[in-house]
This record gives sequence, structure tokens and C-alpha cells, in this order.
Amino acid sequence: MEPDRPVPRITPEARPYWDGAREGRLVIPRCRACGAAFMYPRVACPSCGSRDVGWIEASGRGRLHSFAIAHQILNRAFKAKPPVILAMVELEEGPRLLTNLVNAPADPAALRCDMPVRVVFQTLTAEVTLPVFEPAGGA
Amino acid sequence: MDARRLRALSGAACIVGVDESDEIGTLPGKSQLTLHVEAIHNALRDAGLSVRDVDGVFTAGQHSPATIAEAIGVVPRHVDGTTVGGCSFIILVGHAMLALHHGLCDVAVVSHGESGRSGVGVSPRRDTALPDQFETPYGFGGAPTYFSLITTRHMHEHGTTLEQWAQVAVSTRRWAALNPKAKLRDPITVEDVLASRPVVWPFNVLNICLVTDAGGAVVLTRPDRARDCAKRPVHVKGAGEAAEHVMITQMRDLTFSEATRRAGETAFAMAGVGPRDFDHVMLYDAFTSGPPIMLESLGFCRPGEGVHFFEEGRSTPGGTLPINTNGGGLSYTHSGMYGIFPIIEAVRQLRGECGERQVPGARLSLVNGMGGMLSAAGTLVLSSEP
Repeated sequence: MEPDRPVPRITPEARPYWDGAREGRLVIPRCRACGAAFMYPRVACPSCGSRDVGWIEASGRGRLHSFAIAHQILNRAFKAKPPVILAMVELEEGPRLLTNLVNAPADPAALRCDMPVRVVFQTLTAEVTLPVFEPAGGA
Repeated sequence: MDARRLRALSGAACIVGVDESDEIGTLPGKSQLTLHVEAIHNALRDAGLSVRDVDGVFTAGQHSPATIAEAIGVVPRHVDGTTVGGCSFIILVGHAMLALHHGLCDVAVVSHGESGRSGVGVSPRRDTALPDQFETPYGFGGAPTYFSLITTRHMHEHGTTLEQWAQVAVSTRRWAALNPKAKLRDPITVEDVLASRPVVWPFNVLNICLVTDAGGAVVLTRPDRARDCAKRPVHVKGAGEAAEHVMITQMRDLTFSEATRRAGETAFAMAGVGPRDFDHVMLYDAFTSGPPIMLESLGFCRPGEGVHFFEEGRSTPGGTLPINTNGGGLSYTHSGMYGIFPIIEAVRQLRGECGERQVPGARLSLVNGMGGMLSAAGTLVLSSEP
């Protein structure tokens, strides 16, 4: 099936992130020197500057740090029908991601910043699976 | 930060010429390089100088300073193409001051031209690899999809409301009504903003800047030479800049611009002034939530209180702190990288050239702009007095 949205062009530095997503795991970089997890993947830690960077599997839990509801999408390669919930999620491990909130009403009255969310995976192509998030319930 | 060293640069350059391109608005018959060239010629005429006098070329955006120099037919001794978003032109005024101070050039032109609406003579965007990988697959793309996240979080943390953001649009439109060059001049109400077309909640279309074709240029020289120019010089008393992030996920606090705070801190220290000293303010208004957050980040008020300047009428014609007196990116013009235009307006206000919208006795003006999503910042302190 034709993907309904632009397919990420994967850079070599981010390969483990996308390989993990394809297997249904959220794999993110973490500095072995200072312990800070971060996104996006880089060869040096943005917190302490160390070049000793490894990868961990994140819990997939986080909070909706902020959101917006797109009533129109400017990018013509994005064909999924609006409204779309544009989301910034802060992972339990610290890093923030841009993503979509799914399985939730596109209604600002039904959403609030800091609500708990958890990762789910959307297959886009044979190579690319997108991490998206859904409400996790609870406070 | 060594304030004594910064103070030594204060007033080292004057703005002696400003102008827009021949026309601004919707210009399908002009490539953006033409908008640069028109603006440069117009600003030099305003200064009483000619293209032959220019030996420093400063620009940002898709064209390099070499392209601009070639187009106007000069071989500059100094070029600078720092491009960190729409505030780049504000930052470049500071760079020009530094170059003039050290004798690297004698007459500097900071130039902008952008066919933001018609897309004539434009090149592909730069720096798209990371967004293409981590953002656009989710529907992000275009400034409203990002700045909305800043705005939602601000509402969550500070209780700001859609009505309060709308007041920024209403205030700015009142100024646009007084500016013959402004694109949108009919008065609007808070209700009009709330009822306008939804684009990306929390933004309706009246929360978002125009998209136009426009050029603008600013000419600078040292104070000694400025005396021979056509008009009374405007003195650059302070200049500051900073860059925090490009990807919005990397912004430390979505509700507060660290880049803006730092840019302001440098500019204020250089000029030896603080927020209370200004009688005119120009803030980059790509979105209604931008100016209040800039006021908060610059220290004009506490976090969450920036909207009070607009809802209490301080920012409007007749108010105690006039803000965005040209009608702003929201109602006057916004080509994409808006930063040259607030400088032009501040200079006109300090010269007393603004007719119906003139701020009486304007002597000290603040220009503050953002690049990207409050990602980078430039701040200028401009004065009618040496």
C-alpha cells in the first residue's frame, strides 16, 4: 500500500532508532559518560560532549508535553486526512519527540498537556515504522 | 559577559538609510533578487549615498552576499551571510557595526528580498534533513505547526487564553490602519480573530502573519561619515544575538526563549539601558503569541504577563508602550524572513517620519526578532540621540 505520508529519509546515525521501531521497540541514544538519554541521534552527547554514546530501549511511556490540532496540512505528500493531532511527547527517559497522538479525539477540550501517553507503532513501508503515541489513561 | 567591553562598541555605527523595495505585497512579476536590488537602491537614496559607496554587503536567506554584491555591481571588502532565520537582518546590523568599527568597511548595506508569496526566483530550502526524518512524517512542516506547540504549552503553564492572543492581532491591526503601506488595514475585534478560519489550533488565520513578496534594506556607516548623509542618523546603541536550537524538540523551555533572553542581555548591557527605558518597541510577530513571549524573555515582565501589554491597551496607538507600529508581520507585510522590516520602522519612528502613526517624541526604540521558532534571536537598541 502506498504510504499516506512522507517517508523518513534515514541517516546512518539514526539507523538503530529506525531498526528498533521496525521491531516494535523504541530505541534511543544514551550517553555512557553522563547517562543522559537524548534525541535526535548524534555522535556526541548534547549534554556533556562525550563521544561515548550507546543505545537503550526506552519504556515507551511519556507525557504529552504539548500539542496542536492541524486542520490543514501544507505538505502535499502528507495525505492522511485532517484533523491530525500534532504532538510533542516527553519520554520518561527525558528526550522529547515530535509525533502524533492517535486513538484520541482531535478536540482541545479532551486533551491536556502532561497527560500520560504510551508508544504504539504504525507500519509505513517494509523498512520504516513510525512511533506514534496514544493516551495511557491514569493521571 | 564583560559589560565594559560591550559598552566600547555602543554607538559605533549609525543607520543612515532605510527603505522597502519599490512595492511590497503580491509581486508575481519580480524575482526575489530584484526585491533586494530595489531595496538597496531605495535605502541608499534615503541616505544620500550611491551604490558606488557600498563596500560591505550583509544579507541572509537564499542569496549569498556575493550574489547581492554582483547584482548591484560592487566588490565589497567585507561580506557576511549569517542566516539563522528571520532575525538574521537584526543580527547583521550588529555584525555591520562591528565591521565598521574596525574599519573592515565604511558603508554597509544589510539587504533582504524574498518572494515568499509568489515564489519567483527562489531556491530550495536548506537544513531539511533532520525535519524530513523526524518531523514531516507526522504532518509537521510550516511554521504554524511548530509555533502552535510553544503556544499550547504557554497556555498550559501560564493560563494564557485564546482571547489574550487575539488582543495582539487587534492591537497590531490598529497600527496597520495608520500605515498606508500595510496590506490589511480594516479594524478587527477579538471575536473576529476567534471566528476566523482554523489553521492549526490554537491558531486561526488571524493569529498568523501574512505571506507576501517584499524587500528591505538598511544602510550603515560610522558616526563621522553619517553627518554628511541626507537625514539625521539613528544610532545603534546596542546589539545582541543568540541561537539556541533549530529542532523545536531541543528548545529547553517551550514557554521562554533563552536565545531572546541572551540577545537582549547583550544589547541592553552594550547600550546601558533596560526595558523601562524604551518608548517604542518592535517585536517579530509571525504569530500572535510571539510578542508576549518575547517581552517575557527580554525581562519586560514576568513569564505569563506579556499579554497584559496588549489587553490593557499599552501597545496600541496612544498607549504608553507602542508596539509594532508598522502593523507588523500580522497586518503590514511578512515575506518569510521579516526581520529587516521592524528595523526600518524603528528608524522611521526615531526620525519622526511616520505621519499618523508617529509615536510622539520617540527617542529610544527596541527591535527584537526571532529566527525559526524562537530558535535564534537578534536585539537592537536604536536611539535618535548619539
